Amino acid sequence: MSAEAVKKSDDAPSQEGRDWRGLLREITESSWIVVVLAVVASLVIGGLLIIFADPAVAEAARYFFARPMDTFAAAWEAVSSAYTAMFRGSIWNYSGDTFVQQFRPFTETLTMATPLIFAGLGLGIGFRAGLFNIGAQGQIIMGAMLGGWVGFAWHLPVGLHLLVAVVASMLGGALWGFIPGILKAKTGAHEVIVTIMLNYVAANLLAYALSTDAFQRPGSDNPQSPVVDTTAQYPLILGESYRLHLGFLLALAAAFGVWWLMERSTWGFRFRAVGANPRAARTAGMNVSFGIIAVMTIAGGLAGLAGSAQVLGTEKALTAGIAGSFGFDAITVALLGRSRPLGTVLAGILFGAFRASGPTLQVAAQLPVDIVLILQSLIVLFIAAPPLVRFLFRLPTPTNEKVVAA
Amino acid sequence: MTTTLEAPQTEQPDADVASGPSWKIPILLGVVGLIAFILFGLGTPSGTHTTFVVSRGSDAIQIPSWAVPAQAFALFLTISALLLAGVSAWGVATRRKLGSWVPILFGLAIIASILVWAGAGKTATSIQVTGLLIGTVVLATPLVFGALAGMVCERSGVVNIAIEGQLLSGAFMAALVAGAVAGATGSSTVGAYAGLLAAPLAGALLGAMLALFAVRYWVDQIVVGVVLNVLAVGLTNFFFGTVMRENPDLNRAIGLPDITIPLLSDIPVVGPVFFDQNLLVYAMYALVIIFNVMLFKSRWGLRVRAVGEHPKAADTVGIKVNRTRVRNTILGGAIAGLGGAFFTVASGLAFNKEMTGGKGYIALAAMILGRWSPKGALAAAMLFGFADSLREQFGIIGTSIPSQFLAMLPYLATIFAVAGLVGHVRPPAAENIPYKK
Repeated sequence: MSAEAVKKSDDAPSQEGRDWRGLLREITESSWIVVVLAVVASLVIGGLLIIFADPAVAEAARYFFARPMDTFAAAWEAVSSAYTAMFRGSIWNYSGDTFVQQFRPFTETLTMATPLIFAGLGLGIGFRAGLFNIGAQGQIIMGAMLGGWVGFAWHLPVGLHLLVAVVASMLGGALWGFIPGILKAKTGAHEVIVTIMLNYVAANLLAYALSTDAFQRPGSDNPQSPVVDTTAQYPLILGESYRLHLGFLLALAAAFGVWWLMERSTWGFRFRAVGANPRAARTAGMNVSFGIIAVMTIAGGLAGLAGSAQVLGTEKALTAGIAGSFGFDAITVALLGRSRPLGTVLAGILFGAFRASGPTLQVAAQLPVDIVLILQSLIVLFIAAPPLVRFLFRLPTPTNEKVVAA
Repeated sequence: MTTTLEAPQTEQPDADVASGPSWKIPILLGVVGLIAFILFGLGTPSGTHTTFVVSRGSDAIQIPSWAVPAQAFALFLTISALLLAGVSAWGVATRRKLGSWVPILFGLAIIASILVWAGAGKTATSIQVTGLLIGTVVLATPLVFGALAGMVCERSGVVNIAIEGQLLSGAFMAALVAGAVAGATGSSTVGAYAGLLAAPLAGALLGAMLALFAVRYWVDQIVVGVVLNVLAVGLTNFFFGTVMRENPDLNRAIGLPDITIPLLSDIPVVGPVFFDQNLLVYAMYALVIIFNVMLFKSRWGLRVRAVGEHPKAADTVGIKVNRTRVRNTILGGAIAGLGGAFFTVASGLAFNKEMTGGKGYIALAAMILGRWSPKGALAAAMLFGFADSLREQFGIIGTSIPSQFLAMLPYLATIFAVAGLVGHVRPPAAENIPYKK
C-alpha cells in the first residue's frame, strides 16, 4: 500500500518531438496539471455549495424567470466575497491600513502550516514505508503534553529549557508512534486500528491530565495549563507583531532532514524497500520488524514536534484542544504532498492558508469555516484519482499510463 | 495493464502456526483479577451496603431493591474471579478446552465487583440496574449499525473507514428531512419516520463515493475513507451553519415514538430493555439476524465472502467481483446512514456539529472484535455500549475512577483485541486490494 499516487509521466520523453502539439501533450499529461486542476475543480464545487447555501441567491432565484441576471449577480457576489475573504485572510490583506495588518495573514498561514508540515513529514515517511499511520493526532497530543509540561513545570536556563522541552515533545510523540509500531511488528496488529484507538486514548489522557493539580493552571477551573515559561517558548522570528515562531524554520530543517534520511541514507533505503515489497526486503536480509518500529517511532517524533510548535509556539499553554484537527489535516497534507518532503512543505503551506483564512471567512463572508474542510477533502480526493480529473476536464490519457496505486 | 502474476498479498507475518495452547488468556485474567481484588475487593470499605435498584417507578411488576453488604460481596466476587483465572490456567496446563464460559463469567464477576465497590456506602444514590441495561442497548445501537455497515463492505473486500462520516451524514439527513416533513405535514411523528427513511440515502451516497474511488479508480480504500470522513464533517457543518441556521425549522428536536410491545414489555428488567424501544432498535435486531443468515447461509453471502477472500477465484466462476463490491459498499453506506438516525430522530435531538463523536471508529472496532460476523458485532457493540452506560451511571453516583479512564476502556479493549491478546483476528484476505482484471 504505497500512498504515493505517483505517476512518473513527467520523466518520460515526449515522442512527438518539440513541436507545440507535443508540448501541449506533455503539459496535459504531466502530473502537476492534475494537481492544479484538482484545486480548480474543488474551488468550483465549493463555489456551487456557497451559492446553494446563500440566502441572497435563494431570494433572487424566486423571481429567476423575471430577472435571471439578479440570480447570477447574487451568486457571483456570494462566491467572490467568499474567495476574496480567503485570500485576504491567508495571503495579503489589501484592505488593511498598515503594513503589519496587510502582511500578517501570510505569517499566520506559515504559523498554521508549521504543525501540518511536521506531522505531514512523519506521516509521509510512514506512507512510503507502507504504513498508514492515522495516529498523528494522538502523537501531537502526547508531544504537546510532555513538551508543555516541561515548559511550565521545569525551570531551566535560557536555551537549555527550549531544547529540553522540544526533545520532550519529540519523545512524547515518538512513544505514541512506537506503540503501534511494535504491535504491528510483533503481533501484526493493523496500524490503522491501533493508531485510531491511541488517538482517543491520548485525548482522554490529556483531558484527565488537565483536571489534575499537576497540569491545571492555579486559580482556574478551566481545563488549561499554566503558560509555558518564556525560556521554553520558540522565539518569534519577525518580532512581536507576528505570531510566526522559530518552529517554522525548524519544520523546514526537518523537511530537509527527512529528505536526506529517505533519499540519501541506508535507513531510508531500507524503509522504502520495506514499503515497496516487505517480502523482497526480508529476502534481501533487511529486518522488516525493525524497519516498521523505526518508521513509526520517527513519524511519531515528528508529530510530537508538531505538538511542540503548538504548545511552545502558537498557543503557549496546554488546552484540551491543543491539537485542533492538525493530526487529521496532516494526513491530507501528506497525501497531497505525495509523501515527499518538498511536496509536504508546499501542501502544508496551502492547507495552512486554508486554516488561516477561517476567521476572515467567518467575519467577512458570513460563511462557516467548514467550507475549508470541504475544499481540502475534495482536493485530496481528486488528486488521488487522476483519471477522474482527466475525465472531468477531457484531458488525454497519458500514453504511458501506469497503474496508479494511491 | 500489467500482465504479471500477482502473488497473494498478505501482510501478516507468518506467526503462531502450531504453538500449542496459549498462556496469554490465563495470565491476562490473573492480572486483571488481581488488580480487581486489590482495588475493588480490598478497597471497598467494611460495614457499608450497596443498593441495587431493579424496578423503575413506572413498572407494572415491582421488584424490591436489593442491598448487599459491600465488602463481603466485593471480596467474594473478586476471589471468584481469581479462581476462574486459576481454572483457565488449569485448562491450559492440562490442555483441556474449557469454552468461552470462563472469560464470560470472569467478566461478569469483575463488572459486578466494580458496581458493588462504586455503590458502597452511597445512601442517596443507588445502582440502577435496569437503567444501566437500557443505556447499554441504546448506546450500542449506532455501533451495531456501524459495525454491520463495515462488515458488509469488508466481507466483499472494501475497507470502510468512512463509517463515521456515514453515521454523521445519516444523522444530518434524518434531522433535515424530519424537520422539513414535520413542517409540511404538521405531525412530528410522520416527520420522524420520514427522517428515518431519508437517513440511509445520505449514507448510501457516501458509500457510492467510496465505491467510485476505491473500485473504479483503485485509490487506496483507507485514504478515501479518511478523506470522506473529513468531507462529511465539512458538508454537515457547512449546511448546519448556513441552511439550518437560517431555517431553524429544518433542525428541530423531533423524536421517534417508542413502540411498546404489550405484555412482553411488562416483564421486569427484560421488558423495558428489549420491548420498549423505538423502531430503530428493533430494526437493529432484525438486521443482525438477517445478515447472520444471509452472510453464512445464502448464495448471496457465499458470493460476497468469495469476492472478499479470493476475488480471482470468484471471477473465474463467473461472479462479477467489482459489481458485488460496488453494491455492498453502497448497501453498507445505507446501513450506517440508517444508524446515524440514532443520533437525531431516534434520540429526539436536533442535529449538532460532529455529534457522532468518533462512534464510527468504535463501530469499526466492534466489527473487528466481533470478527466480521453480525453476531459478534452485536456482542462487541453491546460491550462498548455497556462501558459507555457504566460511565454515565458512574457520572451520576460519583466514583473515584476518573471518567476519562472509563472512556478509554473500549479503545484499550480494541487494541488488546487486534494485538491478538484475546485471540487472533483475521480480516477478509482481499481487503483493501483493488481487483484489476
